[in-house]
Amino acid sequence: MAEGRTAGGLDLGRFLRWDVVVAALLIVVFFGGAGLSPDFGNTDNLSFALGDLGEIALIALPMTLLVVCGQVDLSVASVLGLASALTGALWDAGWAFETIVPVVVLAGVVCGLINGLLVTRLGLPSLAVTIGTLSLYRGLAYVLLGTEAIAEFPQQYADLATTNVPGTPVPYPVALFVLLAIVTALVLHATGIGRSLFAIGAQEDAAFYAGIRVKRIKLVLFAVSGVVAAFAGIVYTLRYGSARADNGVGLELAVIAAVLLGGVDFDGGKGTLGGVIAGVLLIGLLRNLLMLNDVATEIQSIVTGLLLIVSVLTPRLITAAGQARARRRHRDPAAAPA
Amino acid sequence: MNAPAPPAPPRLALVNVSKSFGAVQALQGVTIELYAGEVHALAGENGAGKSTVVKTFAGVHRPDTGELRLNGEPVTFHGPADAQAAGVAVIYQEPTLFPDLSVAENIFMGRQPRTSLGRIDRRAMHAAAAELFTRLGVALDPRQPARGLSIADQQVVEIAKAISRDAQVLIMDEPTAALTGQEVARLFTVTRTLQQQGCAILFISHRLEEIFELCQRVTTLRDGRWIGSELLDGLTTDDLVHRMVGRELEDLYPKQDVTPGEVALKVSRLTREGVFTDVSFQVRRGEIVALAGLVGAGRSEVARAIFGVDRWDAGEVEVGGVGLPSASPTAAMAAGLALVPEDRRQQGLVMDMSIERNMGLTQLRSLRRASGPGPLISRRAERDRARDWATRLQLKFSRLGDAVGVLSGGNQQKVVLAKWLATEPSVLIVDEPTRGIDVGTKAEVHRLLSELAAQDLAVLMISSDLPEVLGMADRVLVMHEGRLVAEIPRDQATEESVMAAATGQLKGKAAA
Repeated sequence: MAEGRTAGGLDLGRFLRWDVVVAALLIVVFFGGAGLSPDFGNTDNLSFALGDLGEIALIALPMTLLVVCGQVDLSVASVLGLASALTGALWDAGWAFETIVPVVVLAGVVCGLINGLLVTRLGLPSLAVTIGTLSLYRGLAYVLLGTEAIAEFPQQYADLATTNVPGTPVPYPVALFVLLAIVTALVLHATGIGRSLFAIGAQEDAAFYAGIRVKRIKLVLFAVSGVVAAFAGIVYTLRYGSARADNGVGLELAVIAAVLLGGVDFDGGKGTLGGVIAGVLLIGLLRNLLMLNDVATEIQSIVTGLLLIVSVLTPRLITAAGQARARRRHRDPAAAPA
Repeated sequence: MNAPAPPAPPRLALVNVSKSFGAVQALQGVTIELYAGEVHALAGENGAGKSTVVKTFAGVHRPDTGELRLNGEPVTFHGPADAQAAGVAVIYQEPTLFPDLSVAENIFMGRQPRTSLGRIDRRAMHAAAAELFTRLGVALDPRQPARGLSIADQQVVEIAKAISRDAQVLIMDEPTAALTGQEVARLFTVTRTLQQQGCAILFISHRLEEIFELCQRVTTLRDGRWIGSELLDGLTTDDLVHRMVGRELEDLYPKQDVTPGEVALKVSRLTREGVFTDVSFQVRRGEIVALAGLVGAGRSEVARAIFGVDRWDAGEVEVGGVGLPSASPTAAMAAGLALVPEDRRQQGLVMDMSIERNMGLTQLRSLRRASGPGPLISRRAERDRARDWATRLQLKFSRLGDAVGVLSGGNQQKVVLAKWLATEPSVLIVDEPTRGIDVGTKAEVHRLLSELAAQDLAVLMISSDLPEVLGMADRVLVMHEGRLVAEIPRDQATEESVMAAATGQLKGKAAA
C-alpha cells in the first residue's frame, strides 16, 4: 500500500517505514527459507502454506478495520468454532449444504450484532464484551456438538476449500481473500467510511461532533466481523473435513498478532491494510518454515510471540532514536563554538 | 530596553536560551529574569514560544544552547522533579487533581503528615491545609473532595500545594482563561499575597488588561525570538500588541451593521432536566447573537443540545422552519447547522490527522468522486478544497498533509472553522471561538464572523470574553443557572448590564 503517508497521522513516516520493515522481513524469510529447506520454495508447499493461512487472513481483514477504529473482537475464533459446530449439526440433521451456508452466515451476523449492540448500546468496552462472548459462543458450540466430530461433507464443497483455482497455485479461499483484501483496502484508504474509522479511532468525540455516525459504524463492523468469522468457520470445517466444537481455539490471537505485526496501532487511529497483509504472510511463512524444519510447536509459538513484541516495540524505538538524533544534532553545533 | 535590575540575582532565569524541535526553532536567544517579589508577564501570540519557556522552567525541556540559572548559578533540570525540588511550581490553565481525594490529600500527596504509628494524620493534614488557605485568604474546606471544585478552586488548591512545598517561583500558564471576573479578582489577590511574601511569579495571559493590572515587568516573544523585557509602567496596550505582532493591528472588533433577515434558528422552550430549562430564542439571518453568562450557566449545554450532541427532554428546535430530531448531529448538519465546539483538542479536531483530512471530515459525502465507483473519495477534491479554505482563512502551515496537532492554537481554530464553513451552513454556532488564541488571529476570526453574517449567515456565539460579546453581537442573550434571563440589544449592552444579568442580580423576564 502506498497509503502510509496520509493514512493516520502525526508519525506516518514511522508506520510507512514499519510496513517496509515487515515487507523486507518477508523477503528475507522467503529466500532464507528457500535456502534452508529445499521443499520450502516449491509451489505445492507455498500454496499449502497460503491455504493454511486462509482463515487467519480472512478474519484479519475486518479485524484491521475494528482495531483502526479503536475496537477489538476477541470472539472471532469462537464464532468460527460455533459456525463449524452448527455446520456439522445441521449436516448431521440432514440439511442440504446449500441451505446450511446461508444459515451459518446468518448466525455469524447475529453473533457480531450481539457484540456490537453490547458495545454501542450499553457503552461497554469491546475488549471486555468480546472476552465474554469468546467464552459464550464457544460454550454454545459445545452445546450443539459436544465432543463429537462430524465428517464426510459433499466432495464438491470440500474441493472448493482445498483445491487451487484452475491454472494457478492459488487455493480458492486465498483467491477469496485477495478479492476481499482489495475491497477492504479501498474501504479503509479511499472512502469516507475509512476516513471515519481513522477519526473514530484517534478521537471519537471529534468524529461524533463532525456528524459521523459512530455507533452505527461500530455496529456494522462487528456484524461484518461475525459474518467473516462464520464463513471462515465453514472453510475451516471443509478444509479439515471435520466439524468440531473446538475448531480454531486460540486463532483470535494469531489474527491480532498479524494485525499488530502489520503496524496497526492497538490504540486505534493508525495503520495500513498493506502492512497487515505483509504481517499475515510473514506469520504464515514463518510457521510453515518452522514446521518444515521440524521445530516443535512450542518453539513456533515462542517465535510468533517474540515477533509480536518486536513489532509493537520497534516503531517506538525508531521514534525515540529519531528524537535522540534530533536532540544531538541541535546540541553539537552549539557545543563546538562554546 | 532592559529594566534596571535589583541587586540580588534573579531567582530563576533563562539566559540566551535557544531550543528547537526537529526543524522548528521554538526559542532563539531568549532571556527572561524572574526576580523575587515581582510578577513578570510573558507576552506573545500563539506559537511565539511561551509554552516552551514554561516547559523549560518546569524541567520538561532542556535548552539546546544558553543557560538556565537558579539564584544566579547555572543549573540543569533533568526532569520536572528537579524543578520541583528547586522550588519551581507550575499552575496550569486546567489543573489535574485526583478527583476522588480530598482537597487536603491533594495538597499533601506523597508528603502526608504521619502519626507516631505511621498512619496518615488526617487532623494535622486538614489543619495544615486550612492554615494554607488562611494565608492565601480564601475559604475552602480541606475535607471536601476535589471532584466538583470549580477550575478556579482547583487552581487555588494547586497554589496551596506549591506553597506547602516552599515554592519560590510560581509559573502561571494562562490561569485565567476559564475563570469568571470574580474568580480572576480572587486569583489576583492570592497572587499579590505571594508576591509580597517574596515569590517570583511568571504570569501568562492572552488578556492584556490582566497583564497591565497584575504585572510589573513584561517579556515579549515573537516567533520564538526575544523582543524585549521592560517595565509595564509607561507602556500602552497598543505598544504591547505592536511588540507581540510586529505590526499595527486593525480594529479587534470589526462588526459591520446588518439588517437581519428571516428567522434561521428557532429554539422553543428547550429543556434538558437538571441542566437548562425553558430556553427560547431566535437567530435571524445576518445576525450575530451572543450567548453570555458565567461558566456553568448552561450555555455550551444548550449549544450541544441544539446541534444534537446531547438529547433534550422537552421543547423544539427549528432550522429554516424545519424541526430537528433530538440527539442527531447528522440531522442537524443536514438541516444546515454547524457547531464549532468549545474543546478544540477533544471535540473540534482529530489531532493526529492531517489538516486536509480534518477539513474534509464534515463533507465526506460531497468529496466523493464525480466519476468512477460511487463511494470512493477524490483526494484531489479533498486537497483542493482544503487549500482553498486555507487561503481564505490565511492559515499558516507548511504542508496540508501535516498533522493538525503541529499547528498553533489559533491556526487549529481556523481549521475547525474551515471544516464547518465548508459544509455551507445557514446557522453557525461558535462556542468560545477565540479562547486561548492570540490577538492577531482573534481579530481575523472576528472579521471572518462579521463578513459571514453580512453574507446572510446566522451566527450564535457563546463567549465568556465580555469585550468580544459587546464588540461583536447584535443582540446579547444572557443565561443564569440554566435559564435565559435577559435579552439585551446592541445599543444597550454594557459590561454592567450583561454582568448584572449573568450573576442573577436582574429580575428580568426570560426573552421571548
